[in-house]
Parts: sequence; C-alpha cells; structure tokens
Amino acid sequence: MTQLALVIDLNVCVGCHACVTSCKEWNTSGAAGAMSDDRPYGADPTGTFFNRVQTYEVGCFPKTETVHFPKSCLHCEEPPCVPVCPTGASYKRKEDGIVLVDYDKCIGCKYCSWACPYGVREIDEHQKVMKKCTLCVDRIYDLSLPEAERRPACVMACPTSARLFGDVHDPDSAVSEAIRESGGYQLMPEWGTKPSNHYLPRRKTQIRIHTDELIRADNPLKKERQLPKPDQNEPSLDDVTSW
Amino acid sequence: MQPPASATDQDRIEVKNTTCYMCACRCGIRVTLKNGEVRYIQGNPDHPLNQGVICAKGSSGIMKQYSPARLTKPLRRKPGSERGDGEFEEISWDEAFAVMAERLARIRATDPKKFALFTGRDQMQAVTGLFAKQFGTPNYAAHGGFCSVNMAAGMIYTIGGSFWEFGGPDLERAKLFVMIGTAEDHHSNPMKIALSKFKRSGGRFVSINPVRTGYSAIADEWVPIRPGTDGALLLALIHEIIRLGLYDRDFLVQYSNAAELVNLDENSSEFGMFVRTEVPAEEGCFDPQNKLWWDRVSNKPVVTRTEGADPFLLGEFALSDGTPVKPSFQLLQERVKDYTPDWAEGITGVPAATIRRLAHEMGVTARDQKIELPIAWTDTWGKEHDTVTGNPVAFHAMRGLAAHSNGFHTIRALAILMSLLGTIDRPGGFRHKAPFPRPIPPCAKTPKGPEGVQPDTPLGGMALGWPAEPDDLFVDDKGEPVRLDKAFSWEYPLAVHGLMHNAITNAWRGDPYPIDTMLIFMANMAWNSAMNTVQVRDMLKDKREDGEYKIPFLIVCDAFQSEMTAFADLVLPDTTYLERHDVMSMLDRPISEFDGPVDSVRIPVLPPSGECKPFQEVLIELGSRLKLPVFVNQDGSRKYRDYPDFITNYETEPGSGIGFLAGWRGKGGEKFMRGEPNPRQWEMYAKNNCVYHHHLPRSYQYMRNWNQGYLEWAQRNRITRYAEPILIHIYSEVLQKFRLAAQGKAEGKRPPERLKARIETYFDPLPFYYEPLEMQLSDNAKFPLNAVTQRPMAMYHSWDSQNAWLRQIHTHNYLFVNPLTAKAQGIADDDWIWVESMHGKVRCMCRYSEAVEPGTVWTWNAIGKSKGAWNLAPEANESEKGFLLNHLISEELPPHADGPHLSNSDPVTGQAAWYDVKVKITKAEAGEPEQTSPQFKSVPVAPGMTRKRKGWFGFFAGKGEWK
Repeated sequence: MTQLALVIDLNVCVGCHACVTSCKEWNTSGAAGAMSDDRPYGADPTGTFFNRVQTYEVGCFPKTETVHFPKSCLHCEEPPCVPVCPTGASYKRKEDGIVLVDYDKCIGCKYCSWACPYGVREIDEHQKVMKKCTLCVDRIYDLSLPEAERRPACVMACPTSARLFGDVHDPDSAVSEAIRESGGYQLMPEWGTKPSNHYLPRRKTQIRIHTDELIRADNPLKKERQLPKPDQNEPSLDDVTSW
Repeated sequence: MQPPASATDQDRIEVKNTTCYMCACRCGIRVTLKNGEVRYIQGNPDHPLNQGVICAKGSSGIMKQYSPARLTKPLRRKPGSERGDGEFEEISWDEAFAVMAERLARIRATDPKKFALFTGRDQMQAVTGLFAKQFGTPNYAAHGGFCSVNMAAGMIYTIGGSFWEFGGPDLERAKLFVMIGTAEDHHSNPMKIALSKFKRSGGRFVSINPVRTGYSAIADEWVPIRPGTDGALLLALIHEIIRLGLYDRDFLVQYSNAAELVNLDENSSEFGMFVRTEVPAEEGCFDPQNKLWWDRVSNKPVVTRTEGADPFLLGEFALSDGTPVKPSFQLLQERVKDYTPDWAEGITGVPAATIRRLAHEMGVTARDQKIELPIAWTDTWGKEHDTVTGNPVAFHAMRGLAAHSNGFHTIRALAILMSLLGTIDRPGGFRHKAPFPRPIPPCAKTPKGPEGVQPDTPLGGMALGWPAEPDDLFVDDKGEPVRLDKAFSWEYPLAVHGLMHNAITNAWRGDPYPIDTMLIFMANMAWNSAMNTVQVRDMLKDKREDGEYKIPFLIVCDAFQSEMTAFADLVLPDTTYLERHDVMSMLDRPISEFDGPVDSVRIPVLPPSGECKPFQEVLIELGSRLKLPVFVNQDGSRKYRDYPDFITNYETEPGSGIGFLAGWRGKGGEKFMRGEPNPRQWEMYAKNNCVYHHHLPRSYQYMRNWNQGYLEWAQRNRITRYAEPILIHIYSEVLQKFRLAAQGKAEGKRPPERLKARIETYFDPLPFYYEPLEMQLSDNAKFPLNAVTQRPMAMYHSWDSQNAWLRQIHTHNYLFVNPLTAKAQGIADDDWIWVESMHGKVRCMCRYSEAVEPGTVWTWNAIGKSKGAWNLAPEANESEKGFLLNHLISEELPPHADGPHLSNSDPVTGQAAWYDVKVKITKAEAGEPEQTSPQFKSVPVAPGMTRKRKGWFGFFAGKGEWK
C-alpha cells in the first residue's frame, strides 16, 4: 500500500523559508485555497500556512547548534485527527495515505487540531474550515504537468533539496533509502501516530590530521635555506676525538 | 477541500519566462498567469543559475506585484507642503519630463556636477552609468560603497577577481570550505544548491562568524569571532601556514609576484617597488614582465621566468650596484612574524589551538588531496600543461569582513591566504566568472581632474574607475576632490564604487560644493540605506537662509511608497520586475557561471500598473530630450524608440559588435559574444528561457589569469584589452605608489598635508591588522559591545518587508544578546532595552541567544519601518516594535587628527563601516512605553496608491480581483 510522505534533511536545511512561501503561493490559488491572511499590512499579521519553519538553538555558547526545523502535516499512518472528526471531514486516503479535509463536510469545530500532537492544522477563520498540507494533491496527479513537476511545491522550490518526496512503503524508493541510510526518524513515535514524514539528522564531517603529516620531505621551506644547517666553524665531533 | 479541480476551459492560462528581481540573485523564473493575474511563480528548471529552485522571496513575488504600497502616478510635492510630510499631487509624465528636462538642461549647460545620480540595489549600472557619463556629471554611483566594495577592491586588487557574481567557491570539487562573515549572499540559490551537494558528498564546512544563523547553522564547525578582527585571524593563519611550509610554492613562484625582488634602498625613489630590468616596450594596464628573481641555481638575479631558473622566495640579497633586495614573499613572512596564533587569540577570541588546527586543515587538505583534471592548456608564457591541478580548499566571505574600516586589508589577507594555498581559478578552490579575471587593477579610469567636467559635454572618463597610481586620482590641483562623495580623492583613493553614504551629508554641507538636483533610484536613503538616519532625514529638509532647500531639488524613482519618497519633490513610479524589460549584461554584472559567460533578460509578463514607467525608459526619454550624444542621431533627433530598442541597437562604439547582450547577435541571430545588432534578439532570448549561456572550452575554464587560450579569447571578444598574464599581487605595488607619494618620494600627485600620515599608514603594500577606526575612537569602557546586523534569508537584498507573506515571517526584530551579557545588565528575555552608541540610542526588545558571541549584539536589519511607510498600518509591528540600528551608526567619524568630517569608512576604499559601532545596553525604565524609539511622523497614503490596504484577504488568482 502506498504511503506518500516527505523526508526532510536537517543536515542541509538552512532555514530559508522557500518551502513556506512556495507552498502558500501554490495552494492559495489551488484546490485547498484560498489561504487567508489577517491584517496583512497591520499589527500582528497572521495567515494560513501549511508549512512553517521553526528555528531552535540547542546547547550553550560556544557549543551552540542552530537548527532550522520545517514542519507540516506528517500524514500519520494512525492519524489521531481522523477518528475525532464528528462529520468525517478529516480522512486518510487509502490509495496514497494522504490525510485530507473535505471542506464540504468540515464544520470548523477544531477537534482535529486539538487531537493533532504536532500542531500542524490551521483553521481558516474566514471560510470556517480546517486546512492543512495536502502534499499538493492537486499537483502530484495532474497529468497536464510535466512528470518532473508532479511534486509538491515545497519540494520543487527547496534550494538545498532538503525535501524528498515519495512512497515510504516502497523499500526501493529514494525516500526509504534515505531513511535507511541516513538515520531517518519520526517525530514523537511514542504517541503511536506513526508519522509518515521523517527527518534526517545532522551529520558532521571532521578532518583528522596527525602531527607527522605537517612536515614532509618536500617541504618547500627546504628550498629557502630555512631549515638551519650548523655552520662549518661550529664545534663537531672532529674537534674532540680522532679515532 | 474539494477533489482537485483543474482550470476550467474558460480560464485563460499563460506561462511566461522571465528573471526574478526579488533580490540580487537573478534566478530564472516561470510565471503562470490565470486570467491575467499571477497564479504561480516557480523556478525555471532550464535556467543555469537556479536549476528550477526558488527561494522564499521569489515565491512571494505575487505579494510584491499586488502590494498596496505600489506607486502608480508621477507625483509632485504639494505646493506649500514641506519635504518629509509626504503630501503629493498627481502630475502627468509630460509635466514630469518637462520639469526634469528644463532643470537638467540648465545644469548641464552650466555646471554638470551639480546633478547627482545615485542608485540603490539596481541591476542596470551599465545604463545608469552611461547616462551619468553622457550627462557629464562625475557624481554617480550605485550602492556598492555602502554595501561591500571592500570585498570587490580587496580581492580585485590582489587576484583580479572577487566573490559574488564575479567568482566564487568551487564546491563541486572542494573538500574543505571556510565561510567567513557571511549569512546570506548575492548568489543565494546557487550557494544553497552547492552547499547542500557539498555537505552530502562529505565535504567539511567551517563557518567563522560572530553569529550562528543561516548557512552557518549547517556548518560542521562554528568558530565564533569578535567583529572586525577577521584580519588578525587571517594573518595568524598565514603565519602558521608559512611557518610550517604548507604553502604551494610552485603556484606562488609561477603565478604570483611572491618571488619578485623588491628594492629596499630607503634612499631610492624606487623604495618598496619591484626592481625592473628595462623599460617595457608597451605600457598598458597590465604587469610588464620585467621584474627580477634571485635564482637558486646560479645564485644571482635573473629576469623572472628565465628558463631553468628557480627563485628563492625567502632571503635577502644585494644587486651588483649594492641595492638591497628581498623577494616579496620574504617581506610577507616578516610581516606576519609577530602575527602568531597566540597574538590573534587575544584579539579575535578564537583559541590559538583552533587557529593552528584550522591552518593545518587548510594546508594539509590543499597539499595532500590534490585534484588532477586531464585538461590540457597553455599558459601565457607558452608552456603547455597536460593537466589542471586543484588544491581543494574553498573560501567565501562577504560583508562581515567588508563592512569594517579595516576591511580592505582583511580581504587582501584573505586573498593572499587563498593564493598561498594555491587555490586561485583552480578546481576545488576559487573560480572566476566572466568578465573576470581582469587586470590588476582593471583599466577603467575616471578623469584625473576638474577639467574632465565641462558644460554640455560628456564626462572625460568614467564616473567610477580603478586607480593604479596617484596620478589616476580625481582631484584638483590642490589635491582636493572633484566628486561630491570625495571618491578617488586622497581621503578614499580606491573608492571604486563611490561613497553613496556620504552623498547627502556632503551635498547638505556644501562640501566640497553644493549641488542643485539629486536623482535617487531605488535606494531608501531616508531609512535603512542611510547611516545616521535621523540626521540625514533632517538634512534632506534643511533650508538655507534664503528659504531654499540645501539640496534644492530631489527626484526619487521607486516602485513603492517608502520613507524616501516622502522627501521627494518629484516622485517617478517605477514598474515591478514583472512589468519590465531588463538586461543582466556583460557590460554590467552578469550572472556568469564558472564555465563561461551568462547573461539574461527580463521580459514583461504583465502590463505596467497605472502609469508606472520603467526607470530605464525614463533615462532614455531624458537622454533624448537632453540630446545626450549616445541617445540622439547626428541631427539631434531621437535615436532609440524605447529601452528594448536601445538594448537591441546600442553598440559600445559604432560597428564594435559589442552590445548589452551577448546572445543571438548578428543579423539573423547566428553570432554570439560579438556581432551586429539583431532586430529579433529579444524574441530569441524569450524563446530560450531569457538566458544565454556561453560554454567555454574546458581548456579555457581554469587558470584564467595566466591561460593564453582564455585571455586571447577574452581579448577577441573585448572582455579584456590585453592578453597578458594577471599575476597575483601578494605584494601590492599599487599601494606602495600611494605611500611613496605620501612620503614625498615619488613624482606626480601628492596628498594634502593633513592626509599624508593617513595615506602612509593605510597604503601598506602588505596587509596588516589595525583596530577599526571608530573602535579606536570609542570609549570602550562605556560602550563595550560590538553591534552588527544581518539580513534574514527571507528578505536578503530585497526591499519587501511590506510583503504580506514575508512580513509574517519577520514582523519585527529583536536585539539578540548572549544571556551572559544580558544578565550582567539585569535584562531578561523579551525585556525592553535601550541600545546606545556615542551617536544615539534606540529602544527595542531583547532576545536571548546562545548563538552569538558574548561581546556582540545583533539584529535583523531593515525590518523596522517608519510609521505609515510602505502603506503599513500605523500600528504595524514594524514601526511599533521593529527598529533600525542605523540610528546608532554615523556616516562620519568623530572629529580627530585626520580631519573633522572624514567618512566612517575604510580609509583605502571608502567602504561604509557599518559594523564598527560600539554600544552598551541597559534595561528600559519601568513605565516607559513598550514601543520602539525614536518614532517618526506617519507618512500619508500618496495619490495613485489605488490598492487599498485590506483588513484580510484570501488571495486567489484568476477571479479578476487582483488585476
């Protein structure tokens, strides 16, 4: 059974927010739109975004890590937002595992957003319906798009290609391989939600240099008379012994 | 949501390619329009620069297009209203042009330098510069002087190229990448693409920065450093690399002036100059090959590159006439002798052990992980090589180094370090992009004196140039400046991008002279682009005793109502990038790749809003009305219909075959780089993703400073005038010539008495470390902290904090403070605080951060706005909580020994020293307003700003609500 998902590589995410606004611009005029903006030019502007980047500092100076953490609906295999929905608006698709909201059935009661432990649902205060990431379901099956563009907008935009998209149930997919090879993990697996989206951790490269590698036989300083030779007039063994 | 609904048959869908302009990166974009409204902007997958990706800014272009801050009508300051009040009335373009043409014709016929043209983050300096030159005014510059000119000058005067669009790190093949003083960059998406590939292929990434944000977040190691001390670190790295012999000797000998002998006879007028064997047959802006080495084999001086010779890099020798000489590398070794890692630790805060380890990592990686590419090439001395060698250590640096008054020498030190490691234009190191490398320095020159400025005559040289010696300075017979901003004077001799940050202050003071009209394009000089913002705003509206403004006429062209437009007498509404033609030209700063020249265009995807007119069209129209020679036929009639016609048909000189665009030239579009104008050139760009990428043969892609094939190709295509080798200037004779003039040893122009010591000190032919000037003049006990700014990725190099989507990411800024530093002042996270320098104080909010070294505080720049500007509501966070650090930074140094009004800038280049400011922080008193200070009077909505500021919206393209 197919389970589409995102795998997000924190090793290369620089927190540029390309995924945030490319998602917004595609989806606001798409099947899930509009995505409203309140007080867009006033105090405390706030709008609907399906995807947000949070930035954390980890550790104390100077051992500080700055972590950029993009977060959107994780399309859980056991989504807690679905059973709590009183109208059946919140549902998980059998064919590809995408969790969606049927706006025609949604009454905006927010049970689903209370049930979601990840805080990824966004109420549209004007349409009074709950909205969230659709994995760009209106792009990925659109046969009028070139095949390379049948991907979520955030994945296409990401300048560091930190966002991989595919079927995490297919062991041969690029996303499954990335999870396997690069230590992909789920958020809060202890909740039993089985999030489909995974994250890849930071990986560090170090260079190890042995002291004896610093000096080599072809050290260019040798050509500069800089490696001192004793003066011929300085005392030598010849001055103290003759056997 | 409903099941996916495709566009209905009635919807009119159009897809058009153009080039982004949300920042300086210039990615290819594909714009989908639905019923004439912007539906979607995506990266163009067939574009070499961004390869299909797009950033947060590019994806928010829709909100720029439909911003309620858009200006749509030419405006005149209401009679009787004062500058800064923002009271305007609509006028027609005809009236606007009539006013400008009358005024500018009068200035041009009397004293052209009384017209000043300064531009901001524009990408059309070839056109704006041409207009200024044709007008005949020397007073032209773009924003480079207050942005990063040290990075351009420091590296171009050393290796003939620089970072940004001029060149960059070859991360495809690098093994170690060191980034210094960079948060984001001009070359934004390409850097992100490359950095990600680099990390994934196991490269090691070290970031040196007082702050860990942006790219530094994914560094394998973060090395915090105190602002303004990078020079000390770099010199200590050089010390360690020379001490251990970790430099690439062969590279230095062949490709730099490291082995050339310097005359050390203190009584000679040639002191500190390279010893020359003979007068060169041809003089030009290149290094003649008439210097000497001291040969190890014969132990005597020989002409450089004598067959079989191998020079000493170190030692001291005497010529047959007794003249003492040393190789310049010896002088470098002596220079860095005391710049030990232990010395640098005390200045930079970077542990000496870390400095040593970094030097070892660089040196050993460069030496032991060499790349050999099977690419045959021939050097300029005729020697054939079977391979191209690479030492895979790459660097990148930006404003963190540049925006200090010691930045020029810091950046020279960086370029020298890169050269010692043998990484210049080699795989895995630094690589040039066309039109670089250029001669050191490039050939363009300004006039040499006031005689270059004549009524009704084009300027007798370029407005901006590259001085090679004191005689190239643009000064009068007393050695005083001809330019308003004093660039190319003894105060800032190598101010190759001008000093826009001093233009308003100097014009206001009438020093060196008053002007009549200032035209400012796309630069917010009344806000975040000004140092000393509060007083600059006052200068803009200050009057003489006779009631006339001290700057009598101010014209501002911009697409948006801003803090700056409020001060204009005349406002010209520019288009957005989606409504205009543009070129990213080889005559300007193109988007070239390592493998060859690339230029590109913008083609309108939408009609202009209201009466908006692209600034280039304004210049063509004005140029035609003023009958500037380039813009008219011999009979004085208009030569170019409009900007696209100008781009198609303009040639640098009649018949040169060189124009703004290199692609699809020749009558039928069959020629590239050079060829006759092609009447269908725009169409051909449109059909080809708006970009032309010229792939050089592999043998021309490396070692271009000394690559005969490349240099001759560049010469044939007029990218360079000389196909002579561009030797790396480890030792800078150019700088020494200025020092000799200051010492009175050389013939020719000499500095005024008051500046002699300054020139002698700062025109040192080898890099040295000094504490930035303002720090030297600050009371460090009272103001113990450094304060710097960065731009966030979602806003870097954009001017869009009014953008409805982007402002939700950064709505207001905090001052980021290390908790240790804040707690010492009794300041808690999120407290309101005062941050104060010797120049002023600002109230703002404190945010704890462990990602900043404790001696530094910092903030995101240009988030704070003046009330009402950009059509934000008066209660918007940007003006209530957001703040500018600019209020604490002066455009001039406090009066001191060198003069009363010297720019707060690098004494070599005039680079604005934004990051030299010292501050203190204190907790705001209980009961103080929870609002940023200073506050400014609200700017009203201008006529023609038709789009209302809405309380909420749900943008949905294609319904006809957003046209």
